[in-house]
Amino acid sequence: MNPLKTYTGKIVSIPTENIDTDQIIPAQFLKVTDKNGLGKNLFFNWRYLPDGSPNPDFVLNRAESQGATILVAGDNFGCGSSREHAPWALAAFGFRVLISTGFADIFRNNSLKNGLLPVIVDRETHRQLQSLAEEDPETRITIDLPNQTLTLPDGRTVNFPIDPFSKHCLVNGIDQLGYLREHLPAIEEYEKTHPQRVKTI
Amino acid sequence: MTNTPRTLFEKIWDDHVVVHENGNPAVLYIDLHLVHEVTSPQAFTGLREKGLTVRRPSQTLATMDHGIPTTPPNIPITDAMVINQISQLEKNCTEFGIPLMGMDSPNRGIVHVIGPELGATQPGMTIVCGDSHTATHGAFGALAFGIGTSEIEHVLATQSLLQQKPKSMEIRVDGTLKPGVTAKDIILAVIAKIGIGGGTGYVVEYTGSAIRSLNMEERMTVCNMSIEGGARAGMVAPDDTTFEFLANRPLAPQGAAWDEAVAQWRQLRTDDGATYDKTVTLNADDLTPMITYGTNPGMGMKITDTIPDPADVADVSARQSLQKALDYMGLQPGKPLLGHPVDVVFLGSCTNSRLHDLWQAASVLKGRKVAPNVRMLVVPGSQRVKAQAEAEGLDKIFIEAGAEWRESGCSMCIAMNGDQLSPGQYAVSTSNRNFEGRQGPGGRTFLASPLTAAASAVAGAVADVRVLMNNE
Ligand code: SF4
Repeated sequence: MNPLKTYTGKIVSIPTENIDTDQIIPAQFLKVTDKNGLGKNLFFNWRYLPDGSPNPDFVLNRAESQGATILVAGDNFGCGSSREHAPWALAAFGFRVLISTGFADIFRNNSLKNGLLPVIVDRETHRQLQSLAEEDPETRITIDLPNQTLTLPDGRTVNFPIDPFSKHCLVNGIDQLGYLREHLPAIEEYEKTHPQRVKTI
Repeated sequence: MTNTPRTLFEKIWDDHVVVHENGNPAVLYIDLHLVHEVTSPQAFTGLREKGLTVRRPSQTLATMDHGIPTTPPNIPITDAMVINQISQLEKNCTEFGIPLMGMDSPNRGIVHVIGPELGATQPGMTIVCGDSHTATHGAFGALAFGIGTSEIEHVLATQSLLQQKPKSMEIRVDGTLKPGVTAKDIILAVIAKIGIGGGTGYVVEYTGSAIRSLNMEERMTVCNMSIEGGARAGMVAPDDTTFEFLANRPLAPQGAAWDEAVAQWRQLRTDDGATYDKTVTLNADDLTPMITYGTNPGMGMKITDTIPDPADVADVSARQSLQKALDYMGLQPGKPLLGHPVDVVFLGSCTNSRLHDLWQAASVLKGRKVAPNVRMLVVPGSQRVKAQAEAEGLDKIFIEAGAEWRESGCSMCIAMNGDQLSPGQYAVSTSNRNFEGRQGPGGRTFLASPLTAAASAVAGAVADVRVLMNNE
């Protein structure tokens, strides 16, 4: 996992609320057995017309949106299905930071495990970011993860919350499985005092 | 043991915390890990790359359900990617020693149907699966939630997960359901009330007399859709209804172990004086059949209501989202949904594909016909449900009414296997998601109960089952 400390990137806004993971990556693309190559199918049903050509009205297809790596999305982003293909697709497309007023739980967990930072901001900041993206598609903002701040082009700085463990893992590019495996002795101890509840074999 | 009153959730949580270091998430022990073909391949690849094994194959259970066809078994599968996912799962289960309910198994079915049916799902357990509807198993008083593929790899490797402790929410439903109103209507009404993000960060416990009087299949329907309100887990405290359901199931404790287990399970209730972080109440007497009109499960209304008007919504983003939903659905504000023509009726999914659901729909269809303009698919939740339904003659009722009686699987709930809507088609579906394109690109979904689905199949349009019942 690539570490993420301070990051400056161009923003793009999809203001729709409750964007579910079926929209981020439709089920027909879940038949793969690896994680790669999902970027081209990101937001497939919004991004392409039924004949397969790019939908010129969809924001990610516009010339001025190219190169955007920070997605500003409507509230409750990533709701619905637990598919980790959603953060895989977003990351493969080039996104590193997602900004919303709220994220669905499973999606948020999945993103953090793929070096994709979900940033929760207040409604006012969210509105401001949306208008900035619309008025000047070249708008760039800076995220400082160690200090948990987001800096707008006017210099205003906003704090954002993240739990210390996820922050530590992202800043240092640590895979959480490593931490979990350090606790295997404790897991063995637990198993000694807690009889197995169900045996599937 | 602590003497502070605790909620059901807190009891199960406390019982499974292996380590909880300050500031870090808890290491939570997992009793049962359910695996299916679509979200697991990359996790097994991860294990191989790291040279790891599956720590507890005997606490793991695999099946194939999402992409498999529901056509008769003698018709070969043609989708090369589906074939690949099936063979990968077979290979992974063989290599890592995981029991698999494969294509030929009489125990195969939707992962959330077979866990309870085999008695693998039991009160007090922690259960995870790479699928957001894992909350279904909470109906047995288990802490069950969906996880992503990275977490699948974590559980395969360590039988544990890193978890931040969620908050708790009580959803209390007292009163008595009226005829024609079902468990599905309870949960659709709950989601319409709290909104699809209303449960984010919470584990829900469903309480109250209306919940208590539901059978296990109905409780599963309620818990199943907790995620549609944003809650990762939903649960119901176990009681005699739970124990009766589990008794003598193949993987449930037997003999003396059973008596011991039941005695322990009886402790699994929220103590008097324990507090939830939030409580929401509903009265079952006020509920009617529910239906969704939009593109998320929170966009639901009483079946007799009219479609809301975006002009009445104050918040700009919410207004735009509703407008976008109505545009996609091709619906006009202020109009009723009753009488709206329907092309397809889907009876199935982990929400409503168990025997009780099939019986409810069959009670409406018996002696009636599916309207000529409607295609109705009946997809039992598992091969066991299918066999039992056939033993009880349900298949004949459906076939005589003009519906398709199919093999088990997820089918048109997720439309990965070719069972899908054509662009622009309308479906009344007993599944759990009405997202854009969920049942096929361009398809439009009205979520409802099996009773409403069957009544709509007969009418060829969205129908109120209570009208049919009153005319009987
Ligand atoms: S029936 Fe639908 S919701 Fe349930 S597990 Fe299958 S795809 Fe998921």
